[in-house]
This record gives sequence, C-alpha cells and structure tokens, in this order.
Amino acid sequence: MYLDYNSTTPVDKRVSEVVFQTLTDVYGNASSQHSYGIRARLLVDEARSSIAKVIGSVKDEIYFTSGATESINFALKGLALHPRNSKRHIITCPTEHKAVLETCYYLESIGFDIDYLPVNEHGVIDLEKLSSLIKQDTLLICLMWVNNETGVIHPIEKIGEIAKEAGAYFVCDGTQGVGKLPINVVESNIDILCFSGHKMYAPKGIGGLYINSYAKAQNRIQPLLHGGAQENGLRSGTYNVPLIAGLGKAFEISLVEMETNKIFIESLRNKAEQELLKLDGAFINGKRAPRIFNTVNVSILGFDTDVFIGINKDIAISNGSACNSSLIQPSHVLLAMGLSNSDAISSIRISLGKDNTNDDIDLLLMRIHDFMTLL
Amino acid sequence: MKAYLDNAATTRLDPEVLEAMLPLMTEQFGNPSSIHAHGRAVRSALERARKTVAGLLHAAPAEIFFTSGGTEADNTAIRGSIETLGLTHAITSPLEHHAVLHTLEHLARQGRITLSLVRVDEKGQIDLDHLEELLSTQPRALVSLMHGNNEIGNLLDLDAVGELCSRYDAIFHCDTVQTMGHYPHDLQQLSAHFIVGAAHKFHGPKGVGFLYVRPGTRIHPFVHGGAQERNMRGGTENVYGIVGLAKALEIAYRDMDEHRRHIEGLKKRMIDQLREKIEGVLFNGLSADLDRSLYTVLSVSLPPSDINDMLLFNLDIAGISASGGSACSSGSEVGSHVLGALQVPADRANVRFSFSKFTTAQEVDHAVQVVAELYKREPIC
Ligand SMILES: Cc1ncc(COP(=O)(O)O)c(C=O)c1O
Ligand SMILES: Cc1ncc(COP(=O)(O)O)c(C=O)c1O
Repeated sequence: MYLDYNSTTPVDKRVSEVVFQTLTDVYGNASSQHSYGIRARLLVDEARSSIAKVIGSVKDEIYFTSGATESINFALKGLALHPRNSKRHIITCPTEHKAVLETCYYLESIGFDIDYLPVNEHGVIDLEKLSSLIKQDTLLICLMWVNNETGVIHPIEKIGEIAKEAGAYFVCDGTQGVGKLPINVVESNIDILCFSGHKMYAPKGIGGLYINSYAKAQNRIQPLLHGGAQENGLRSGTYNVPLIAGLGKAFEISLVEMETNKIFIESLRNKAEQELLKLDGAFINGKRAPRIFNTVNVSILGFDTDVFIGINKDIAISNGSACNSSLIQPSHVLLAMGLSNSDAISSIRISLGKDNTNDDIDLLLMRIHDFMTLL
Repeated sequence: MKAYLDNAATTRLDPEVLEAMLPLMTEQFGNPSSIHAHGRAVRSALERARKTVAGLLHAAPAEIFFTSGGTEADNTAIRGSIETLGLTHAITSPLEHHAVLHTLEHLARQGRITLSLVRVDEKGQIDLDHLEELLSTQPRALVSLMHGNNEIGNLLDLDAVGELCSRYDAIFHCDTVQTMGHYPHDLQQLSAHFIVGAAHKFHGPKGVGFLYVRPGTRIHPFVHGGAQERNMRGGTENVYGIVGLAKALEIAYRDMDEHRRHIEGLKKRMIDQLREKIEGVLFNGLSADLDRSLYTVLSVSLPPSDINDMLLFNLDIAGISASGGSACSSGSEVGSHVLGALQVPADRANVRFSFSKFTTAQEVDHAVQVVAELYKREPIC
C-alpha cells in the first residue's frame, strides 16, 4: 500500500507508454542534423510546449535537467556565481528541501551571506519580515511553493511582488506543486521555477526549470554543466529524449486531470485527517496554514514512527522526506516550526495520489489503531 | 534503404536493456532513499547495478558514482578535482570533447586555473614530450586527455600518459566516453584518477552515465542536495537509466570480442571500398589505422568538389545518417574544433561514419555507393 506520493509517484501508464515507444523507436541524438536527429528534436520541442502551457510561460523559457536537485543547483549557483553578479545576499528558509539548503550552505562557505527567514508554528512565513530582510545587496529570494513534508503552501504571488519590488530574483522550488495545482509564473513574478518528473507521474531522473526570458536575456545566469552547449548553452549533455517525451506527456495529462485529482484526493485526505485527529494527543502539522490537498503530516503523542514503519513494511509512508529518511533524525522542517524533538520524531507524513482508495485509508487507520493499543 | 552511421553520436537501445529497465518503470517505483519496502526494492536494484559496473571494470562499488551522463561526469571530475584538491594548473588538448574543453576554459576565465594545451600533430597525435615538458614546469596539474576521440577516432596511449602523470604527481582524468563498453577497462591496471561513461554510447539509455573515482581521491559534491550517491550527488536517482546502463555494460563486455570483430570488419570494408572507388579520398587523424583508432569511427576526407557543401544533406536524402563533425552541439553549423586543430584543408569535405553492433554490411555498402556516386568524376573528353 503506497501512501508516499511526495517521495515519488508511480509512472502513469500513458507516460510509460510514451517513454517505451521513444526508447525503442527514436534513437537519434536530438542535436544531430539528419532525419533521426530531427525526429528526436521534435519530441523535445513538443514536450517543452506542453510544460510551458501548464505553467503559463513560453516554450523557449523551459530547460531540461536530470531533476529538481540539478535545477536548483543550476539556478542558485548560476545566478550567484555569474561573473557579472556582485550581490552577495540570499534569502531562503529553514523549511526548504535539502537541495536548496545544501546549495546555500555551499554558497555560504564561499562567502555568500544567507538569511534564513523563520516560519511560525504553522509553517507560515511572515511577509513583513521578508521585506525587512531585503538589502541593497540581495541577489535572490529562494522560497518553495509547496512544502514536501507538511504540504504548507507559501504565498508565491506575494513573495514574487516583494522580490520584484526589491529587484531581486525569485527562485521557486515548485517540485511539490507543479502538476498538482495551477500556477502562472508570469502572474506570480517567478523568475525561476524548478520541477521534477517523478513527483508528477513521470519517471525519475528527468526534470527541468523555467527561467524567465529576463534573467536569460540579461545573460545573468551561467550554466552548471558545460559541454556541447545544448539548451541554448545553458545545459550541456545529450538530450534524454525518452524521458523528456514522458515528462511532456505527464504535463499534458496534469492539465486535463488536475481538478478531478484534487477533488478525489482531497476527500481521502480529509477523511484520514479527521480520523487521525481523534487519536490521543494527535495534531496536524501546518493545520492552520494553506496546505496542498494530498498531504497530512501528523504528530501523535508517544508514537514511535520508526517502529511503526518497521512493523508495517507493506505500508509506504514516511517519517520525513525520503532523502533524509535513511538517517533517523527529527525532521528539520518540523523543528523549524518549533516542534520538540520528541514531537518531531513521533510524526508521520502521509501523502496521497490518484491511485489511492478509501480502503487504503481504512487500512492505514486500522494499523495505527492496532499499533497504539499494542503499546 | 536507410543507414544509421552515426553511432558515435548515440546508439540504438538494445532490446535486452529495455527488458531490464521495464520493471523499474512499472511495478518497482519507490524512491531508493525511502526505508519502506517499495524504496528498499529499488535501492537494491540500484546497488546491484553499481556492483555490476564496478565488477566489469575491476573497481569497487564505492568508486562508482552515477550521473546524468558523460557531460556531468566530466564536469564533476574536473571541477571536483580542481576545487577540492586546490589544483591551479590544468593540461588538456585541443581535441577534447566540449564537456572537457568548455569546463576548463570556464575555470580558466574565472582565474581558477591556468590552462595549457598540449601540442598535437596534423594526425592528432598527442606530443608526449611536450606533455612531459608541461608537467615538469607545473607539477601536480590536472591532466585531462580523452581515450578515444569522438570525431577522428584517435586512441590515446593510456599507459604512457598514466606513467607521466604518476611521475609528476598529476591528477589524470580520462574521458573514456567513446571507449567505454567497446574496449575493456581494467582499473587495476589503469592509473587514471577519473574515468567516465555514458550509457547511450553503448546501447544503453540516454541521460545516464557514471564517474569512477580512484580511492584516495576525495572530491566535493558537484550537485548539492540529498544524501544520494553517498553524499556525492544529490537528486533522486534515475533508476531505470542506471539499471539500463549496468545491463548495457554487461552485454557490451559479454559480447565485446564478437562485436569488435564485426565492426572492425565493417570499418575495413568501408576504407577499402572508399579507396577503391573514390580518387583522392583521405582519412582524418589516425582514423584509417585500425590499431590506433576506434574501430567504431571512420573520419573521411573527400576531395574538393562542388557538392561538398551539400554532402551531408545529400546523404540524408539518400537515407544515410552520418555526421559532419560531432553531433554534441546544437546549431552545429560551426565547424568542428577537432578538424580545425588538425588544420584540414578547407576545400575538402569531412564526414564521420560511425558503426555499432547493429550496423550491417549492406548499410556500409549503400553509404559507399552513394558517396561514390556523388564524387564520380565526369569523364573528360
Ligand atoms: C568523448 C565524449 N565525451 C563526452 C560526451 C558527452 O556525453 P553526454 O552527451 O552523454 O553527456 C560525449 C558525447 O556526447 C563524447 O563523445
Ligand atoms: C520540495 C522538493 N524539492 C526538491 C526535490 C528534489 O527532487 P529530485 O530528487 O527529483 O532532484 C524534492 C524531492 O525529493 C522535493 O520534494
């Protein structure tokens, strides 16, 4: 039973069909000038258009990478380390994903000045505080759209406005929101939006980013990967045509099915949440904040999450984000929201997707009940 | 008839490889970093793949790091070694792939390193005396020289370069993208600190590659994020790609001799026929020297003719996919930097034919026939 869609999703059948077909039939190098190459290039272009359509940009602003982590590294280092950049200040937040935090630690280690905007107990940032942190020297604000652990949604339109007014770039890790919620990068004043295929029913190892033509046209971002100068020189490496085609398909599907998925998944989530709240000493993290419809992060007093996961090996849920979960450590996101170590350790993240059913929720609740009575 | 003769740009996926990748795309979809059963099943497939690759190369699994391709592997090795080990000097050649050249040039522009180019002769052979001279004035340099050139096929004398690098305490990065899966690499014998592979050059999928790092050579991560690849490379792993890469390399090693014989035969057949049918045909670099060039690559230089500008176009019309230089840059109307460095005459046309195990004698014959037809001399009366 799979309740860990924020960690990774299964690949939609319609997407894997596109991937297989491309793997078998289209083997040219998308940079080649001959007919095999042209055929591959058309698929890449088509995918670019599908993505642009979903996020409200134009296709030339979409760049492919190996995933959100690479996109984030590229965005932050590409802006910060550009030879024409002299600004040294970056604002981010302690509840960001490791891809952002680790990259910021790296930039800090080479002399950048990083401010970590705190969140309150609901996981919400204070916009006035954000404005007050801005300096002459602020290069960029890096804040995620949807938090992967709690589902809390940041007010990206307002952040975008603040960034724009300050003349700073707004880099947004959209990994958990893209494909699930509608977005318009222009209206939200987002300069760079990062995303990953495997969070939206496409394969792992493919992702991308939107870079608005301003950042690009002003030639203010430099590549992370140097080489054959693919992607207008901003991302080198042979095009991963099959997975790019698959990613395009996933975007195409998301546009059509976003609303239906939301209604269905939200009803499952609400049911799970209501039942969980009946448990002794249980509370939902981020309950009072705007949250995405598929995520419940619950802390249950005295609940030993690791033992629960250990016993219920057939249930896929998470005790944090997957990238950290091999280490038994309290979630940095929950700690940043002010939870005690023991509350943070007693929390589980349930993240739902379109293949879940009512029975899945019932079974999970039963297992949690059994586990609690056992104690 | 169609003839795909651009296998140095990318190869066709082996159906056996696809077979191995299928389950990872369908039923096994967990995140390898998750601790639940879905995650652990995928993690074990990932680690099995690492073991397979390591075993084939006589390395340890901990020395293999998966990346998004040859380019990322080259970038990681070069930037990682320069930044982590504090190297201030690098030596490369003008014939390298742009994944190497552009990375080094970028670092040189930033003032991180001084960059020296080792001399090459008109055949593209590395001047080893000059390399030694550069190493002796700048010990503890990064040396980045490719094993097999993707455009002209020249093979590097790995032992000689490795020996020089050890003598001068240099770090040796070898771009082995074109030889991986085509020549046996034995890391117990090889002294390189870094070698790399890209699956799509040996019938694996695109978008996945790997970096080998010699034990004792510690480098900082290049992509920061989660704890994947033992903290060396953040990002959820491309597990189908990785499993496909391992399978492709396994097949490549299993059938290497047989494929080599087949492909070498095709290359020889093409050389012989071109020589016979086209007056004044030449071969760039060491391309026609079967012992000192990639058996997969033949770089042909055709005599001056009105049709030179339209050669590739004409080939494409006739169903033949080949390459003018390398395909690895978009908008590749810019001339090849490799052929430029060899100072090939401007009035000749250059075309790279590259072969794989799937190439047939009929494809080669068809290509030769079309080229011969294009370059047929009108009888002078
Ligand atoms: C010699 C060489 N090095 C590096 C690369 C880059 O590999 P990739 O495009 O898979 O990143 C290529 C091919 O494109 C190559 O031929
Ligand atoms: C919010 C967020 N950002 C970034 C990432 C990194 O994505 P990937 O591992 O595909 O590079 C993830 C998922 O792991 C995520 O949830």
